[in-house]
Amino acid sequence: MNWLAQTVDWLTVAPALAVAGTALAVLLADLWLPAKRAPGVLTGVSVAGVLIALVFVGLLWGDARATFCTGGGDAGFASCSYVVNQLTLAFQGIVLVGTLVVLLLANADTRAVETRLPAGETGFLVLASATGALVLAAGRDLATIIVALEVVSLPAFALVGLRRRDRRDAEAALTFFIVSVVSVAVMIYGVSLVYGATGALHLDRIAVALDDPAGRTSLAGAGVLLTLVGLAFKVGAVPFHFWVPDTYSGAPVVVATYLAVVSKAAGLVGLVLVVSHGFPGYAHVWGPAVGVLAVLTMTLGNVAALRQRTAIRLLAWSSVAHAGYLLVPLGVASAGTTGGQLGEAMSATVAYLAIYAALNLAAFGVVAVVSRHRPGATLEEYRGLVHTEPASAVVLGFSLLALAGLPPGVAGLWAKVVIIDSAVSGGAGWLALAVAVNTVIGLVYYLRWTVLMFSAAPDRKAVPTYDVPATSGIAIGLALAAGVVFSVLPQLAFGLAEANFGILG
Amino acid sequence: MTTLLHLAIALPLAGCITLALLPAPTGRRLAPTVGLVTSALTLLVVLAVVVVFDRGDAGRVQLLADVEWAPTLGLSWRLGVDGLSLPFVVLTALLVFSCLLYTVRIKPPGGRLRAFVALVLLLEVGMIGTFLALDLVLFFLFFEVVLIPMWFVIAWWGEPKDQPGRVAAANTFILYTLLGSAIMLVGFLYVGSQAGTFDMLELARRGGDGLSANVQLLAAIAIVGGLAVKVPLWPLHTWLPDAHAKAPTVGSVLLAGVLLKMGSYGLVRIAVPVVPDGVRQIAPVLGGLAAVGIVYGALACFAQRDLKRLVAYSSVGHMGFVVLGVATMTPAGLNGSVFAGLAHGLITGLLFFLAGAVKDRHGTSEFDELGGGMYARLPRLGALVTFAAIASLGLPGLAGFWGELLAIVGAFRPSAVLDRPYFLVLLTVAVIGAVLTALYLLVTVRRVCQGEDSIGPRLPVLGDVTRHEIASWGPLIALTVLLGLWPGLVLTLVDPVMQGVGL
Repeated sequence: MNWLAQTVDWLTVAPALAVAGTALAVLLADLWLPAKRAPGVLTGVSVAGVLIALVFVGLLWGDARATFCTGGGDAGFASCSYVVNQLTLAFQGIVLVGTLVVLLLANADTRAVETRLPAGETGFLVLASATGALVLAAGRDLATIIVALEVVSLPAFALVGLRRRDRRDAEAALTFFIVSVVSVAVMIYGVSLVYGATGALHLDRIAVALDDPAGRTSLAGAGVLLTLVGLAFKVGAVPFHFWVPDTYSGAPVVVATYLAVVSKAAGLVGLVLVVSHGFPGYAHVWGPAVGVLAVLTMTLGNVAALRQRTAIRLLAWSSVAHAGYLLVPLGVASAGTTGGQLGEAMSATVAYLAIYAALNLAAFGVVAVVSRHRPGATLEEYRGLVHTEPASAVVLGFSLLALAGLPPGVAGLWAKVVIIDSAVSGGAGWLALAVAVNTVIGLVYYLRWTVLMFSAAPDRKAVPTYDVPATSGIAIGLALAAGVVFSVLPQLAFGLAEANFGILG
Repeated sequence: MTTLLHLAIALPLAGCITLALLPAPTGRRLAPTVGLVTSALTLLVVLAVVVVFDRGDAGRVQLLADVEWAPTLGLSWRLGVDGLSLPFVVLTALLVFSCLLYTVRIKPPGGRLRAFVALVLLLEVGMIGTFLALDLVLFFLFFEVVLIPMWFVIAWWGEPKDQPGRVAAANTFILYTLLGSAIMLVGFLYVGSQAGTFDMLELARRGGDGLSANVQLLAAIAIVGGLAVKVPLWPLHTWLPDAHAKAPTVGSVLLAGVLLKMGSYGLVRIAVPVVPDGVRQIAPVLGGLAAVGIVYGALACFAQRDLKRLVAYSSVGHMGFVVLGVATMTPAGLNGSVFAGLAHGLITGLLFFLAGAVKDRHGTSEFDELGGGMYARLPRLGALVTFAAIASLGLPGLAGFWGELLAIVGAFRPSAVLDRPYFLVLLTVAVIGAVLTALYLLVTVRRVCQGEDSIGPRLPVLGDVTRHEIASWGPLIALTVLLGLWPGLVLTLVDPVMQGVGL
């Protein structure tokens, strides 16, 4: 047993380490910096840390590496807890870019008096949570995945309740916390059942154990389903969705942005990894289950979004709907699904997630800017936005129509195509039709909001124009650029995680 | 030479973006000019395509552009023209030019001219792209481009007296057609996943080989069903009358003239060649609904009290002939379908221009308020209305005749794989519908144009058709006559494409 002295492949873990190190640096620097200079310096440090992590992801791009391995030799095949391959890197890239945009957006909030976001805590918590997401994408054993999931969640609770003396914040944080803790508890219970049935925590070993029909006991089956519960909560899938609108609308807008993009990506990658790497033998159980969840989630999200009157709640419900779309490729899986087909499904999920992240970051970014000056945050306040803030209106209009899957936001159309394609080529025509019908429902509210912005203003003098903070402008610009690039060069999204994940997959 | 096709898409897009970027006062002042120049240049480019197009080899796709775009999905930027797409591209460029020429003088109600012109140009991008696309997913992309601009055109510049009504009409339009196109996409992706390619040429060359009867049936239901919403085929037409009636003149012209053609073009270009056996299986249903639609359109016209609504319902009948031609799956029927579609684009486009002109002058297009006597009041306008109505009812010697005749010929002798007695029944129904069509159009002419001029003195402006209007409508009138006298001009282009198609 020489695993205590095993060598660590530092480059493999470098992206996560860079972000974790930056988080600590921000926390410490906050103690020494004078209050006036703190927000700017801390944002700079945080952004630099994320950029360094992105450089590491770039260095690793195209590679397949593993570390923290155990076994091998006589004990059977070697299993690794931390694997970096194209799938991991694609998710890590999305997480890092999302974190970058959130940090830039948060900069304005940490400076403004009325929003009262403490700079040091915000940076530290966002980076800490992002570290969890980065590790999660590379985790290949259930213990690592649970710990990483908790690392994502715990700072997020604090982030939601970050505005001191704000009752709504505290309430939102409490809802979020309770639902999260319960679901993680259920998940851990499921994991313990799986462990009991298979004797393994590494996903590849669980897969081998479950591959043998004799290993597929009802105990293991229950474990598989309970494990999925915790992940479904993170993604915001029905019936674990009800925390989403309350939490998003209670939290500061940047935090809602973080939850909608980075945290959701983390939940999704966890779900993808666990079912595809750990439970492929149970595809006949979780495939249809995820498929039904996907349809329920997208339908409920869209129908509920129809009735929303405030921007954040509408985006929250629409993000529930998009969680449904995101689950479609996995919901196609069935007993006969091969590894290659699962790879294609994951590739489709990653492509959709990348496009969704870009568009949602842009939409949330604009809402964050606008809601600072129109605190009611109702949709009605967006009436005639194009006359006072044309750039904001155009960006938001582009993003919303793209989220609806219609040109001129072609990126969203590609996302729709890729999702329906994965359903159709997997032989799940009913899922494809469900998505088709849902895009029609979705269009109603996205179009209504877009049209409001481009309508004649009720009274132009009443709403002052103002400057968008530079950092927010950069953040929104980054997200918009990604959306435009994905529109013109969809291959960048489709090819992010090509089906070939290398032997370590 | 392929550059010409790219230019035909890029020019209107560039015009649209230019208008959006111009500073507000300049943009507002220049909007009609930019629109006119852009659409004129686009029309010139399209005419250049006509010149370089080898008419002797119209069955072959020419000026083919083929660039891999997203290999993971199997998507390519694949454009080209053949004898089938060329007439539709010309029709589109011509109608958009006519519309924007018209807009220079006759502004749509509701102001915001810059946005209006920009959206019409964006519409042109989608329409021309749809007719040029040779990749299923690319076709879908262009198919979707028109939705948002058309929503705004109807909802913002539509019927000025009925704000909630025009928004509702725009909503119905976009939701129906989006549902249709989403289902069509499911069909496309299904074909793509089964056949391994989205290349329309390759799929048409295989003619359904390698796709089982069941796959073809499912694909045909999705594709034809989706396209049928756009055509529209009875009973999926319910979005159409309101959209037409509430849209501004230019919107109605483009909606009837081109947007409906995107549906029927899709049937002929994609459904029949790619999944012929699937279309064969649903052809009886398709033909039956088409025949019902022809009679329904005619009967519904009798109940209309408004000129624009009447023209809208007449479209349902005309598009019934277009679909009937497709359902016969014979070269004659398919040729008829294409020709009837083109003729409908010209004639109904003209009719909507005229209905708009009537409405501009009288402030209403309701028959009760219009009264009769347009010959006495506005002789030139009255004559044009009569001309367009007669063309629409299919008088031999005008464009409306040949397409419907060919569709009927196709139904008389449908493809050998179809049930002939059944199609003879459909033929009878269609002919009854055609007679009814003639009847209601003549009744309309009598009601509006002839008789005593009862309201003339009450009109504030009584100008007859202006030179500007004649210039805008002239090409449509000329082509209606030309295609009526010389149908071979188009049929020699379309027929070579149709010969290899079907079963």
